Amino acid sequence: MTALNLRPEPVENNMAPEEVKLLGRRVEIEELSAWYGEKLAIEKVTMSVDPNRVTAIIGPSGCGKSTLIRCINRMHEVIPGARARGRILLDGEDILAASVDPVLIRRRIGMVFQKPNPFPTMSIFDNVAAGLKLNGLADRRTLPSIVEKSLKQAALWEEVKDKLGQPGTALSGGQQQRLCIARALAVEPDVLLMDEPASALDPIATLKIEELIQELKQSYTIVIVTHNMQQAARVSDYTAFMLAAEDRVGRLVEYGDTNHIFTNPKDKRTEDYITGRFG
Amino acid sequence: MVNTQGQTGRVGATAARGRPANLGDRVFKSVVTALACGILLLVGLIVFKMIDSSMQSIQKFGFDFLTGTTWDPVFQKFGALPFIYGTLVSSLLALAIGGPISIGAAIYLSELAPNWLRGPVSFMVELLAAIPSVVYGLWGIFVMAPWLRSSLEPMLGNSLGFLPLFKGPVYGVGLLAGGLILAIMIIPTITAVSRDVMRAVPNTQREAMLALGATRWETIRLAVLPYANSGIFGAFILGLGRALGETMAVTMLIGNRPEISASLFAPSYTMASVIANEFTEATYELYLSALVEIGLVLFGVTLLLNALARLLVWRVAYGPTGG
Amino acid sequence: MATNLHLRRKLTNGVMLGLAMLSTLVALGFLFNVLGYVLIQGGSALNPEFFTHLPKPVGETGGGMGNAIVGTLILLGLASAMGVPVGVGAGIYLAEFGSGRLGTAVRFVTDVLTGIPSITIGIFAYTVVVLPMRGFSTLAGAIALAIIMIPTVTRATEEMLKLVPGSLREASLALGIPMWKTVLRVVVPAAMGGIITGVMLAVARAGGETAPLLFTAFGNRFWSFGLDRPIAALPLQVYTYAVSPYDDWRAQAWAGAFVLVAMVLVISLLARLFTRGAPMR
Repeated sequence: MTALNLRPEPVENNMAPEEVKLLGRRVEIEELSAWYGEKLAIEKVTMSVDPNRVTAIIGPSGCGKSTLIRCINRMHEVIPGARARGRILLDGEDILAASVDPVLIRRRIGMVFQKPNPFPTMSIFDNVAAGLKLNGLADRRTLPSIVEKSLKQAALWEEVKDKLGQPGTALSGGQQQRLCIARALAVEPDVLLMDEPASALDPIATLKIEELIQELKQSYTIVIVTHNMQQAARVSDYTAFMLAAEDRVGRLVEYGDTNHIFTNPKDKRTEDYITGRFG
Repeated sequence: MVNTQGQTGRVGATAARGRPANLGDRVFKSVVTALACGILLLVGLIVFKMIDSSMQSIQKFGFDFLTGTTWDPVFQKFGALPFIYGTLVSSLLALAIGGPISIGAAIYLSELAPNWLRGPVSFMVELLAAIPSVVYGLWGIFVMAPWLRSSLEPMLGNSLGFLPLFKGPVYGVGLLAGGLILAIMIIPTITAVSRDVMRAVPNTQREAMLALGATRWETIRLAVLPYANSGIFGAFILGLGRALGETMAVTMLIGNRPEISASLFAPSYTMASVIANEFTEATYELYLSALVEIGLVLFGVTLLLNALARLLVWRVAYGPTGG
Repeated sequence: MATNLHLRRKLTNGVMLGLAMLSTLVALGFLFNVLGYVLIQGGSALNPEFFTHLPKPVGETGGGMGNAIVGTLILLGLASAMGVPVGVGAGIYLAEFGSGRLGTAVRFVTDVLTGIPSITIGIFAYTVVVLPMRGFSTLAGAIALAIIMIPTVTRATEEMLKLVPGSLREASLALGIPMWKTVLRVVVPAAMGGIITGVMLAVARAGGETAPLLFTAFGNRFWSFGLDRPIAALPLQVYTYAVSPYDDWRAQAWAGAFVLVAMVLVISLLARLFTRGAPMR
């Protein structure tokens, strides 16, 4: 339980949430189950992710939250023997279908990982451009402006604008993570998945990331996995609580408005977790 | 934010256009798998060709090839025993001379050398392995062999000449020269592997010994060496394998006479040497086939030894921790 | 009495440890002796003519090993062109897809290939290239050397690729970059330093080999330009001159050995430097 309990400063918001043209995309998860080989990891998770909102997934370690988020951009398939059943609808289309190419999904749904992983052989500029260049989507003329825009969105531009040629690993941990966010944003995804994005960072850097998330939700749909309850409470609009029973299978226990979950949870297990009785 | 990827539009539509990325993945995997299988095919082809080309000789001489002592291309009689003898004796001699030196150096590098010295000295010992075989041969002919002929061999002959090992005229070149140069050449192999194997012994073993009041040497003898001994044995086997396959340096120092003699001073002939010397002069098929058969025997023996060595070394590195 | 035993143990300890240090000195002594002779004998016989002239016939002094030096470079270049793609490709296979039975088989066979005596490889190249082509050739020599290089390159590539952290692959895949591009444009560049080291060590090893060239490249007294013609090589030339009875040739053998050792050592040292500078470790 961290002592830092600051609410990030409310971001200047030109549009009231209800008036925002829904620019992000809605994700509906229906009866999603996932296996690693023979072992069932999560079972029949059903929830929805609202556009232009931050949805947090919380739960004790081993509850399947990382598995869940990795199913959304089909990254869990990278592990040999892993598979998923169920439906995940991106604006109404099932992206888990076999006929859909996961590579294309991952251009629409971006991901930021727990440990910052910039490409060590590339400069800051090339790191941000990597997704575009390697996919052949880059236009030499527009690339610099796209890179600048992404870095600004990630609140990193001012700090690196004079050293874009330096290697990506020359930055501090927090800066590297924002670089990874910029890299993910450069391909202009609809949804941004964040798997414990701040857990490897110091409190100041964490704060910056949390502020960033508030800004980004104006343009993107964000799903964040976090083991830090207070972070979830600060940052998210909706929260999903997952738990693994004795059979080690992760299930969704409760999902709803963040305020409700943390002040008035419906399920006793949620309440136990929130109040720190376990986990 | 407007989605500038207008062309992707609906995910479904893109999927309907085919999966170019997946095609790339499939082509990539096929290409690298083919290259990997290429190595399998290559080795298979090598085995096949070796057997195929020695067929004539195998069929003509059968098992007598390995026991026959006459190697007479003029009368088309081929027996490989002199070469087998020369190869074995020179290699075993190499182990007998080079082995202890290697163990000593390995002990020094693993247990005794100060940290800052360990790297550079290890590197220098490994440098011995980088010197090409023909250079060793050159040095052997002009530096080692004359020294043997003028100093060491007469000395051995005078003092130990009652032993059949040290009887007979002294030429400089011969079994002793061959064994000695091989010893130098296998030192880096045995040292490096033994050193690694010894370093893999957990420190807790050494500490337990020392705590009982043992000296450094006793610790090495009672705690490190027994733990590492199968790995060290494997290092020896690896060294033996290298010695058996060595060609140029030995050819230049062995004397090239296909005779079996008890004396180490006598000229001899190894399997690799006879191939090196006579291959281009093999004017008829049976001759060539006999030479290839020698190569086949060499191949088979080194294969077995290497497999054995890997098993032993692997076991010490990853195997059950016994005592 | 107790002290008597104690003294004996101390003495044994000192003697054995001394022997260990002595062994190391003996080993290093061999190294310095060989290198020393090569340096002195070889260095004194070297002159610019050595690098540019052809060997002179018996009886005439002078001449050089120009064609042998160039020949070695040509052979190594051709061998690398053939062996490096195969080795790197197989290494990529083993690192990315090689956890099954085929992978184990390929790994085992690559190990076998390392242990095959180089003269056997020469015999193989003879049977598959020299015999059908009815003659010794540059191509045969290059193929023999390529076979010698392949296992070293494969091993190095596989190990270096495995060292690249999985998080890098993940980051690339999560951007929607297909697997094959991820490997070729992200993972391999990250491992490049180590792969180049492996290639250079393979080249150094192949450059010093004589046995496989004895009946493939065969050697040549003149400049040769043609894949189907025999070609001179430095180790071959050193060997021929070393076993000859002519003083002038023998002096040149030392010079050739000097160049050969210098080449091998420089490449090996450069290779180590490459790993030192690599970012991934």
